[in-house]
Amino acid sequence: MAEQELVEIEIDGKKLQVKPGSMIIEAADDADIKIPRFCYHKKLSIAANCRMCLVDVEKANKPLPACATPIMPGMVVRTQSKEALVAQRAVMEFLLINHPLDCPICDQGGECELQDVAMGYGKSVSRYTEGKRSVKDKDIGSLVATDMTRCILCTRCVRFGQEVIGLPELGATGRGEHTEIGTYIEKSLTSEMSGNIIDLCPVGALTSKPFRFKARAWELEQGTSVAPHDCVGSNIYVHRHRDKVMRVVPKDDESINECWISDRDRFSYEGLYHEDRLTQPMIKKEGAWQVVDWQEALTFAVDGLKKVIDDNTAAQLAAVASPNSTVEEHYLLQKLVRGLGSHNIDHRLRQTDFSDQLATPVSAGLPISIEAIETQEQILLIGSDVQREQPIVGHRIRRAYLRGTNVCVINPMDYHFNFDVKEKIIVSPSTMLQELAAVTKAVLDQTQNTRHGKVADLLKQVTVSDSHQRMAKQLLGAGDKVVLLGAHGLNHLHSSQIKLLANTLSQAISGQCGYLTEGANATGASLAGAIPHRCAANLGVAKSGLDAKQIWQSQLKAFILLNLEPEYDCADPQMALASLQQANFVVSLSPYMTSTMKDYANVILPVCPFAETSGTFVNIENKWQSFAAAAAPQGEARPGWKVLRVLGNLFEQEGFDYTVSTEVRDELKVAVDGMTMTQTNQDHIPSTLNFSANVDLERIAYPPIYRTDNLVRRGESLQRSGIAEAAAVHLSANTATQMNLADCEQVTVKQNGQHVNLPLHVDGRVPDNCVYIPSGFAETAMLGVTSPAALTLERS
Amino acid sequence: MAVTLNQVCFRTLHLDKPWTLATYESAGGYAMWKKILHEKTPPSEIVDTLKASGLRGRGGAGFPTGLKWSFINRDVPGDKYAVCNSDEGEPGTCKDRDILTYNPHQLIEGMLIAQYVMNATGYNYIRGEFDLPLERTEAAVAEARAAGYIGKNVLGSGMDFELYNTVGAGAYICGEETALLESLEGKKGQPRFKPPFPANYGLYGRPTTVNNTETFASVPVILEKGAKWFAELGKPNNGGTKIFSVTGHVKQPGNFEVPLGTSFAELLELAGGLKDGRTLKAVIPGGSSAPVVTGETMMGLDMDYDSIAGAGSMLGSGAVIIMDDTTCMVKALARVAYFYYEESCGQCTPCREGTGWLYRVIKRILDGNAGQHELDMLDDVASKIEGRTICALGDSAAWPVRSFIKHFREEFEFMIQHKKSILD
Ligand SMILES: Cc1cc2nc3c(=O)[nH]c(=O)nc-3n(C[C@H](O)[C@H](O)[C@H](O)COP(=O)(O)O)c2cc1C
Ligand code: SF4
Ligand code: FES
Repeated sequence: MAEQELVEIEIDGKKLQVKPGSMIIEAADDADIKIPRFCYHKKLSIAANCRMCLVDVEKANKPLPACATPIMPGMVVRTQSKEALVAQRAVMEFLLINHPLDCPICDQGGECELQDVAMGYGKSVSRYTEGKRSVKDKDIGSLVATDMTRCILCTRCVRFGQEVIGLPELGATGRGEHTEIGTYIEKSLTSEMSGNIIDLCPVGALTSKPFRFKARAWELEQGTSVAPHDCVGSNIYVHRHRDKVMRVVPKDDESINECWISDRDRFSYEGLYHEDRLTQPMIKKEGAWQVVDWQEALTFAVDGLKKVIDDNTAAQLAAVASPNSTVEEHYLLQKLVRGLGSHNIDHRLRQTDFSDQLATPVSAGLPISIEAIETQEQILLIGSDVQREQPIVGHRIRRAYLRGTNVCVINPMDYHFNFDVKEKIIVSPSTMLQELAAVTKAVLDQTQNTRHGKVADLLKQVTVSDSHQRMAKQLLGAGDKVVLLGAHGLNHLHSSQIKLLANTLSQAISGQCGYLTEGANATGASLAGAIPHRCAANLGVAKSGLDAKQIWQSQLKAFILLNLEPEYDCADPQMALASLQQANFVVSLSPYMTSTMKDYANVILPVCPFAETSGTFVNIENKWQSFAAAAAPQGEARPGWKVLRVLGNLFEQEGFDYTVSTEVRDELKVAVDGMTMTQTNQDHIPSTLNFSANVDLERIAYPPIYRTDNLVRRGESLQRSGIAEAAAVHLSANTATQMNLADCEQVTVKQNGQHVNLPLHVDGRVPDNCVYIPSGFAETAMLGVTSPAALTLERS
Repeated sequence: MAVTLNQVCFRTLHLDKPWTLATYESAGGYAMWKKILHEKTPPSEIVDTLKASGLRGRGGAGFPTGLKWSFINRDVPGDKYAVCNSDEGEPGTCKDRDILTYNPHQLIEGMLIAQYVMNATGYNYIRGEFDLPLERTEAAVAEARAAGYIGKNVLGSGMDFELYNTVGAGAYICGEETALLESLEGKKGQPRFKPPFPANYGLYGRPTTVNNTETFASVPVILEKGAKWFAELGKPNNGGTKIFSVTGHVKQPGNFEVPLGTSFAELLELAGGLKDGRTLKAVIPGGSSAPVVTGETMMGLDMDYDSIAGAGSMLGSGAVIIMDDTTCMVKALARVAYFYYEESCGQCTPCREGTGWLYRVIKRILDGNAGQHELDMLDDVASKIEGRTICALGDSAAWPVRSFIKHFREEFEFMIQHKKSILD
């Protein structure tokens, strides 16, 4: 496309070259000329309702709104002329007459757009002597507080709902002066991004409920950081007051999160101050826990581990880390255990099929940029509840959809998305493989593609139906294409086969295949060597150590756990706990202490969670984002990398002499920069595809959005929010009827000799003969998660 | 010279049951529709005739209708709409009600011709309180459909023309054309910011023309009798006739269709003149939104766009509100101000906040609870609504206030000082 010719205009005497069709306010913003505004927001449609941006345009007979007046060649605009100022001051006066001016008790005080503009354009005494309007506050859930009397009706929040999240929860009811913003029927917000309306609201009408009355904006100090929950790596500011994190807000990054963040990233900081926080090292002596100083705890840990290694071999030691740990922590942890002689280390906690690990690239994420998701024409989601797993990716897909992109899904549940799905296949987890095989076959057939002979051989027996042909035809449509694997694909019982087919399919449609990995730093963990089959920076090992599944199966004698709560974080909590309980010595580096942990651990070393440590996350686009600690550690807690460094020293290992965490990162980064990323990309072809589930009732298990990791699980406001799930049994209406069970009944779930009582929800999203029981809850922790072991349900 | 009444929209008023198809056809109705379809008249020819006729929009703004129709490119693919604005909410106005009630077929014929010109689907948005007018118009649409004037392959032309009546829900603002479109789409009736104008982005985002009932209903007669005939009924730049709804202190209030340019004095006489012994104090010549004009000035004006504009007011919707010397101007303004306060859609700041402010201050003057300085403040507040809002309701709220204070300031000052009306 030819470059659009720029046109010349003049604003406040400055000659500017601007894009035709843009609005005066955009041109002014680009030239750093400040025009006051309330309703305008660069990411929302133009409403032009506040009238604050009125400017003086030569040859116009009245002041015009800069946000809604397209520039014309030769236009002369004055933002500070008498006429402009009179108009702006008048609007300011109108806005203030019914505003309560309760700044001293308003949380927005100090960072209020109305307050700021009023300082410039308002008068100190009001001419308005009538009574002021007051508006009843609404309860819209645990995250956003309302003071609707302060609302200036700019409708940013309304447009955000309609346009950005596709969930028009807020609207303006009533007319004229009686207009109110609300949900109409009182209810909690149910978007995973609802907190953004707090930032959008220019006044104190919508504020953060968890932050309410906690501190004044001007008392806060700001640190930058990276959100610690998903593989997107949203940029954030952490605001602290006297070393305590008070709130988290987005930091603009157009290439990643733009100006948004998910509610999980915004409110999970509450978990930092949960009563489970451990602030002093603890050791267990003769069955009793005692608080000790660091030196004693570390010596105790080193002695305990040494004893196991000396009595047995280093192969009896394993390390398991949460993928939310930093690159530095992963790197030092693997350096430590490898230095001790073991390759048993993993962070792929919910994965169960590792058969292809040697054949796949060390760090598989997104082959395109996060931004580029918007320009794809065809998107296939496999096993992904993307909106809840990676809200920002979901948002990008919605934007693509609004632009006309076709989205297809193959999913084990009929997840609700804020984009329409063109073709969808909703089947049980095991059948997903078969359906993906059929779509792949249809694509190969339709394109008469012979490059994938070996895979085609595997697909010989697969039956292709109309729905597969339709999806294949869609995926073969024009434009850029990407196939995205979510948690249900990556953690599938036969994920190697899912990945094989997804890659074959994406190649056959001339698209790309991306993995939406779990946690904030799976890519970083792999690159750092927190995997059994590769050292840091993809260096090969003579013999692979045990993977996350084998580690739990092997009755090992010693463990080092990092940021881990196995009962919630692992594919098979039952097995993980049993394994830890039989071990001789367990060292847990954790910000939290739980009763389960007290049961299996011998030492608990309090490490700093998110915000209290410096570190690096590598997101799915392979972007390394480092951050400093944004708040001081609590009590005696210490950053994980420091603890691991000292452990290295105490084990008298070489190369543990770092003084700052960036040295750790740089050491790895140099090695990674020198490596070939995709040196091993040959297909891992199994002899046959495993299509059958072998069970009558298949369990679908995944932690809901606010149960994914140790921090968010302790975010109390999130737990009470509109989309927080509770432990329950979800069945399709058909299956419930067949089993003679009814909605809201208590049912008993039996699996592996364990049983729990849970309420039953008839849930239209669940396919027949499947049962969705979320993981990540104490109530469901004792059930083997993805194990295909027989599971039964009966009325309690 | 006696004024000739009822030459255009009310031309069938004297006939028996003029709202029926039979009567309308007996008076030559639908002849133009048949002719156009039969001859496949080039749409541009129709537009040219309208331009030459000087027909200006009868909904208030007086925009030249031929020009407006020419904005729609009938050849752009996809839906296009011709929308009739029968919301008639402007206080004092009741002419569209009578067109819908007594001559609905002529409106339908006018709309169909517009649909032909623009290759558009028709919607007639009727004020919610109009029970009988709706009933008649619905019946007329059904008759016209049965007669083959509406529907598929109309009169064998191979062309389809759909036309629907829809009903508003009692909001004045839904008479503003873009709020009307929002309402038609099933949304809350709130004006859209313009540009884009409906011609580019109208109903469901498609090219749309919105015209007033009287505007559409004038079209068949103009085509039948010619642009010249119509133009010469009125004055240059003020072609044709206009229905004036004369209300207030006259002996025979009512609708009078007279040639534009008829003197106000003649119109007043048609309405039976003032009540005995009364003198003319003030007139709002174009619906409550129009600035008030003193009786004295008014007596020297003609009832056409330019003459009234020359006196600082506007012809608007043609609602002529007559106020004699018994009128308390403060009370009158309070009532008008209350209307705009109640009807503001609330979308934009100056109107939402300003209309309430204006009303409250005027109310306090009435209640004997205001200071002299507040008169200037009132004018100042009104001046800051004017010209700064999304739609013209803001102006409509401001103009009465400013003009009442300008022309009748002593009445306001008197009331503030003495806490009673100058008339008491
Ligand atoms: C607040 C407001 C109310 C209006 N109400 C009406 C109405 O009831 N009927 C009408 O025809 N035009 C009304 N208008 C004018 C319309 O916006 C529009 O100009 C008109 O329908 C165009 O038709 P015309 O060109 O045939 O006059 C109103 C305008 C405003 C600002
Ligand atoms: S001027 Fe009044 S009625 Fe018109 S859009 Fe603004 S608030 Fe609504
Ligand atoms: S910012 Fe332009 S009208 Fe609100």
